[in-house]
Amino acid sequence: MITRREILHVGVAAAALAAGDGIFARALAQQRLTETELLKFDTLGNVTVLHVADIHGQLMPVYFREPSVNLGVGEARGQPPHITGRDFLKRFGIPEKSASAYALTDQDFAALAKSYGRIGGLDRLATVVKRVRAERGEDKVLFLDGGDTWQGSLGSNRSKGQDMVDCMALLKPDAMTGHWEFTYGEARVKELIKGLGFPFLALNIRDTEWNEPAFEPMKMFEKGGIKIAVLGQAFPYTPVANPRWMMPKWSFGIREEDVRANVEKARKGGAQLIVLLSHNGFDVDRKLAARVPGIDVILTSHTHDALPEAVKVGSTLLVASGCHGKFVSRLDLDVQNGAVKGFRYKLIPLFADAIRPDAEMTAAIARVRAPYAKDLGREVGRADSLLYRRGNFNGTFDDLICAALLKERDAEIALSPGFRWGTSVLPGQPITIEDIHNATAITYPQVYRTSMTGERLKEVLEDVADNLFNPDPYYQQGGDMVRCGGLGYAIDISKPVGQRISAMTYLKSGKAIESKKEYVVAGWASVNEGTEGPPVWDLVERYIAAEKTVRVAPNSSVKISGV
Amino acid sequence: MRQLSRRAALALGASGAAATFIGLPDSVSAAAKEAADQIAKFTGGKTAEKSKVSIELPEIAENGNTVPLSVSVDAPMVGDNYVSEILVVADGNPNPGVATFRFSPLSGKAEASTRIRLAATQNIIAVAKTSKGELFTNQKLVKVTIGGCGG
Repeated sequence: MITRREILHVGVAAAALAAGDGIFARALAQQRLTETELLKFDTLGNVTVLHVADIHGQLMPVYFREPSVNLGVGEARGQPPHITGRDFLKRFGIPEKSASAYALTDQDFAALAKSYGRIGGLDRLATVVKRVRAERGEDKVLFLDGGDTWQGSLGSNRSKGQDMVDCMALLKPDAMTGHWEFTYGEARVKELIKGLGFPFLALNIRDTEWNEPAFEPMKMFEKGGIKIAVLGQAFPYTPVANPRWMMPKWSFGIREEDVRANVEKARKGGAQLIVLLSHNGFDVDRKLAARVPGIDVILTSHTHDALPEAVKVGSTLLVASGCHGKFVSRLDLDVQNGAVKGFRYKLIPLFADAIRPDAEMTAAIARVRAPYAKDLGREVGRADSLLYRRGNFNGTFDDLICAALLKERDAEIALSPGFRWGTSVLPGQPITIEDIHNATAITYPQVYRTSMTGERLKEVLEDVADNLFNPDPYYQQGGDMVRCGGLGYAIDISKPVGQRISAMTYLKSGKAIESKKEYVVAGWASVNEGTEGPPVWDLVERYIAAEKTVRVAPNSSVKISGV
Repeated sequence: MRQLSRRAALALGASGAAATFIGLPDSVSAAAKEAADQIAKFTGGKTAEKSKVSIELPEIAENGNTVPLSVSVDAPMVGDNYVSEILVVADGNPNPGVATFRFSPLSGKAEASTRIRLAATQNIIAVAKTSKGELFTNQKLVKVTIGGCGG
C-alpha cells in the first residue's frame, strides 16, 4: 500500500538546501527525484484511469506557483481545495521545502523553483502515459483529458488550437471535454473535433434553436473486462464567463437533470463504472456528487486545484489533477459487480529534470513550435521579483498587466480578468514574448478604454465577487476576482451579493471612489462583441520594454474579511 | 431534416405565452409583492405543497433576454384527476406574470416549455393546480450577471 508519505518523501533530503549552494542543491534534489520513484505505484484492481486537465496550451515544462489565497465559502469553507500554504502542507503531511511542497503550494516558491526546476511538458507526460500503459496493460488503462487544453499560449492562439491537438493526438486520449476550446468559435471547434480520433464529450450543451443535445454526451469503453461509461461535462458557464457571441448556437449550464438521466442511461446500458469527465470546477462537482447518485468517479478540473488525495463524497471519488501539465493523476480501481471495492490514487508531479522526455513527443513539440520560435524566445525585459497569477484577489503578473494598461491607455483604473491560467517567471529571469502570451493568449484580447461611474465599478466588483463567493457552488463560475489597478477596496466574502464590497479607493489620490463620478477605465477580455483596442500582449510588451526591469511590490490594496 | 421533438414543438407553441416586459420595477419588493398577489389569487389564498413540480432553468442565465424554461408536474393525468393549470411568476420582473399553462387529461403529461425574459437576478416560482384542487409548487433562483471574468 502506498501511503502519501511514501510518495512525498522524495524531496525531504532537499529540505535544507534552499539556503545553500544553488547548483549543488539542484543536483542533490534531482538525485533524489527519479522517474522510477515518481511513478512508483502498487497496482490495484482491474482498471487504471489517467487524468490530465487544464493544460492551457503548455507543451513545455513550466514554472507555476500555486495560490497563497484560495478561499472557500459555505460548506466548502476550510475544506480542500480551499487550503493553501502551510495549512496545505500540514493537512497532507508534506514536509516544508520538499519537492511536493514546491509542486503543490506557494511556499518558498522562487527558491525551491531553482532547486527543483520546471514541471510538466507534454513529452514528460507522454513518457508517463506510455509507461503506465505498458506496465499496466493498454487494455486496462483509460486516459482522459478534462479540457482547457487548446488555449493559453502563443502557439495555441496562433494555430487556433492545432498545436495542442496535434501533440495530444500522440497520447491517444480516450475522450475529452472543454471550456476555452469553445472560444475558437463553432466552426473551428467542429473542425478540430472532426480530426481528433476520439470523442469530445459534453452532455450539458444543447443547441439554442431546438434545445436538443449538441454534443455526444457519453461513451462506453471496455477496460480490464469492465464496461465503463465516461460522461462529459463541459464548463457550464462558458457563454457567461467568455463571449457568448463566439458560440451563439450553443447553450450550456450545469443541467443536473441531464447528468442524472445520463447516469441512469449508462447503468441501464450495462456500465459497471461511471466516470464523469467534468469541467464544472471542484465545488460544483462536490455538490453534484452529493445530489446525483451513481457516479463512481468525478475527474474534476477548471478551478485548477491539485490535491494529493482523492476526496470522497458519499460513494463518489473526486480527483483534482492540477493545471498547466504539472501533474497527471493515476487512479487504480477494483471494480466488482458494478461497484468500486477499492482504489488507490496518486497525483504524479511531472518534474521535468527527473522524468525522461519522450523522443517522439519532443520532436512533435519542436515541430509545432518552430513557426513561432523567433517570437517565443524574444526577451523583452527582466523580472526582478516573482511574477505569478494565481490567487483569489491578485497576483503580481496581473499587477504588471494593470500597470501596463494604466500607462499605455492613459487610464485612472485598470481591470484585468481573474483568469486562473498563466505561468510564473522567476526573479532574475528574462521575460519573453512567450511568458507574456502565457498570461494573455485569448481570442478576444482587445484593450478597451471607457469611462465608468463609481457605482458601475462597484456593480462589476460585486458581480464578480458573487461568481466566486456565492455560498451555493452552482452559482459560482470558478474564476478568481477581477484584478484592479489604481483601485483599492475591502471585501467581506461572507456577505450576500451587493454587500461584499466597501471602502473603494482611488489609489492615486487616496480618496474614496464617488458613486456618480466618471473614471477612465482600461481593461481587456471584454465579453462584448465589437470591443475595440490594441491586443493586450502588445501593451504589456511595450510597457516591459520601456521599464526594462520589472519589480512588482506586494499588493495590499484589497482588504479581506469574513474568511 | 432534423426531427421536431415534442419538447421543441412545445417550446415553439408556448413561446407566445411569455409576457413582454417594458420598463424597470419601482422596487424589487413591489415586484415580489405583485408576484405573491398573483399566486394568492391563483391558489385562493391556500398554501401550496412544495413537491411534484420540476422547474428546468439555468442557475445563471446566459442571456437574460431569452431564458429557456421548462416546467413539469409529476402527477396523474387521468379522468377526473389531472393537473389543470400551472402558473409561472418571476418575482423580480416589472411585470411578474410569466405564463399560465392549462392542461386536460388529454395532454398526457403536465409539461410546458417557453422562453422568458429576466430583468435581474430573481426567483421563478411555479404553482400547479389539480382538478381536485390540490396545489403544488417549486421555485428556482436564476442569476443574471454582468459576466466576463470566469476561468
